[in-house]
Amino acid sequence: MSTALLISIISTAVVYAATVLYAAVGEIFSQRAGVMNLGLEGIMLMGAVSGYMVAVYQQNLFLAMCVVILVGAALGLVFSFLTVTMQADQTVCGMAMLTFGTGLSGFLGKSVAGVNADLAFEPIPIPVLSRIPVLGPSLFSQNILVYLIYLIIPLSMIYIYKTRAGMILRALGENPAALDSAGYNVYALRYAYVIFGSIMTAVGGAVVSLAYTNFWSDGMTSGKGWIAVALVVFSAWNPLTATFGAMLFGAISIIGIDVQTLFPSVPSQVFAALPYIATIIVLIFTTGNFGGRRSSAPAALTIPYDREKR
Amino acid sequence: MEVKKSPVLEMKHITKTFGSVTANRDVSLSVYPGEIHALLGENGAGKSTLMNILTGIYAPDGGEIIYKGKHRDIHSPKDAVALGIGMVHQHFRLIPTLTVAENVFLYSGKKTFFLHRDEMEKEIRECSSQYNLQVSPEAYVWQLSVGEQQRVEIVKLLHQGAEVLILDEPSAVLTPQEAQSMFDTLRRMADSGKAVIVISHKMNEVMTNADRITVLKNGMVEDTMPASEATVARLTSAVVGERTLPQQTTEDAERGDQGRLGEEIFVMENVSALNDRGLPALKGVSLSVRAGEIFGIAGVAGNGQRELSEVIAGLRPVTEGSLTLSGKELSKASVKEHIREGIALIPEDRLQTGLVPELSFVQNVILKKSDSERYSRNGILQEKAMHADAAEYAARYDIRHGGLDLPVGLMSGGNQQKLLFAREVSGKPRLIVAAYPVRGLDIGAAESIRGILREQSRQGTAIVFISEELEEIFSMCDRIGVLCDGELMGIRAAGETDLKEIGRMMSGEREETV
Repeated sequence: MSTALLISIISTAVVYAATVLYAAVGEIFSQRAGVMNLGLEGIMLMGAVSGYMVAVYQQNLFLAMCVVILVGAALGLVFSFLTVTMQADQTVCGMAMLTFGTGLSGFLGKSVAGVNADLAFEPIPIPVLSRIPVLGPSLFSQNILVYLIYLIIPLSMIYIYKTRAGMILRALGENPAALDSAGYNVYALRYAYVIFGSIMTAVGGAVVSLAYTNFWSDGMTSGKGWIAVALVVFSAWNPLTATFGAMLFGAISIIGIDVQTLFPSVPSQVFAALPYIATIIVLIFTTGNFGGRRSSAPAALTIPYDREKR
Repeated sequence: MEVKKSPVLEMKHITKTFGSVTANRDVSLSVYPGEIHALLGENGAGKSTLMNILTGIYAPDGGEIIYKGKHRDIHSPKDAVALGIGMVHQHFRLIPTLTVAENVFLYSGKKTFFLHRDEMEKEIRECSSQYNLQVSPEAYVWQLSVGEQQRVEIVKLLHQGAEVLILDEPSAVLTPQEAQSMFDTLRRMADSGKAVIVISHKMNEVMTNADRITVLKNGMVEDTMPASEATVARLTSAVVGERTLPQQTTEDAERGDQGRLGEEIFVMENVSALNDRGLPALKGVSLSVRAGEIFGIAGVAGNGQRELSEVIAGLRPVTEGSLTLSGKELSKASVKEHIREGIALIPEDRLQTGLVPELSFVQNVILKKSDSERYSRNGILQEKAMHADAAEYAARYDIRHGGLDLPVGLMSGGNQQKLLFAREVSGKPRLIVAAYPVRGLDIGAAESIRGILREQSRQGTAIVFISEELEEIFSMCDRIGVLCDGELMGIRAAGETDLKEIGRMMSGEREETV
């Protein structure tokens, strides 16, 4: 394998990983708070389309990201209102979010479908680091959204395991009644983490449209939201493990594209399906009941908290 | 006791209703610093509701709370904690995936941005050693025994600076020895000037360990007295009122009458099984039950009782050993075969595994036999036959229901349990496994349930009776086996042992089987 090919594989895998990691890390926070949002795909699409539209019409990436964050926050607010305040079924709401986001993004994006924004997050090589052979050009000649996720992963690890707020978060998805009796506002905390998760997911969508593929088409995130959900379970709700998982999925999807040129007789769809097949296999092995050990989801995940009912 | 100081806490004329049910009516209670105050009463007497009002979980409909001489409105557990009122609930409010130190610091301690584990752990050691409470602050809560978890709950309250500590049925999950050490700790806390409120329904425990006793009945204060003036007779009449205690004498005489017993029909040999986490829960358990015998399983809850009952019913795979009913090997058999062979299970969580709360009385009755000709023809339910049988059950076992077509979730616990028994017994089982069949039931319902079991044993059914109430086991059973940490510590004939010996075995002392 030539060095150039290796760099291209790693580099693309990293961007791919970044797109799913934003959503996965957001969902880790949301699920650790006890709320499962299965509508990531819909939120990603909304983030992708809103960011791309602002980029096309305003030619301003900063403004685009501000709008993406607002869109994510708004969707998160709706989702937490339904699941936390109204105590609606989280799975059903997730499906609603999925169809809503997919449909609305397709409708809104009609005017920019196929339009070239002439604007995207361009790679910024980091001095010195980018000169490291292979790793330099692949890891440190990336766009700012990728660098940001480099920061978010360690920060989220520190937050979850080393800070007081993180300790409260870990408790929130396990036993909200205990937190309530300790005087914490379970509802407010869940709102905050669901909204945070939704913002991260929307940003992940914007990474797809503004830094990965640089165009908008209907349903363009093509299942990345679902892969993010799978990653959350695969990682046992740990952002660092999720990173390795995301890189693995990224590598599989990229290698699939490169390898398919070597096997022209095999339909390309087989290779395109690789990351999804990998998702299923990985999930079976990480969440299935093998040898009596089960991965441990937060105990109160998907259970609405109701102070009167205990 | 020296001259009474002023009470640290007074609850005056508290009233609380839930819909049409009055949980507390005009309840007044005074608690002094330095005392252990026991709240005694049956299930449903309003003890927990009263304490939930005190800790801000429920808002009272009437009455007031005076704490340290001032009127207080307690709107949330947070308010209560801020005042210095804390409660150890029956179901612990601990987070298993956090360490002991983290669990404590969720509630109190310096609110630093980062967690300083060393300092946190040191602080907890200091706080717990003061009252001789043994806890290891760095351990994860899921690694701890129930007794240790309870100590963590107490440390949590102390660390919050609680001055009034409320404990809901604290001895329910402990061995007699553990319970004594827990009460010793409570005494040390009272001696240091704190007020301790203990909710209990065990008269002996309350008389030995409390300073004052308040008895609640039907949501009202029935009697209040210093422990020194309490007698079993006075407490009994306050707790149960004029209701006569069930006659047990004839049955008791019959116990131990070996002629009543038939041959050994159920035999377990060296049976091992895993719990839900994949850890060993039963370790080489061997026992046999004769036809007509009631075999009691004593032990602190969580020592393998649930797994034992599930193994016998075929719900949990046996990893080792054999299990036979009338010589037929069942260790590899399906649940359906177990049912066909005549094994009936009364599970400990009747509303989760026993009944379907959303289904009606009638539907629950036929649940296990829905494929029989009588109830279903070509897949169509035979409503008439179903209703007839359900009505018959209701009459025969005196099951009070709001209507045969209403969900059983609306019925009281006692009636749910009677329904469950009626259904299981109707299948003419040869072996009944009853796990904590009277837990949470009032005295009347509990006695009907025991009556059904005794009746079954007279008809020659073998019974495995799991309970944590030793008195009950002694009055019901022919032989008693004690489970501790998944092992059968020994088997005794009920007439040839005593509470002390069984208590020792419950705490893990192995005794040779007679």
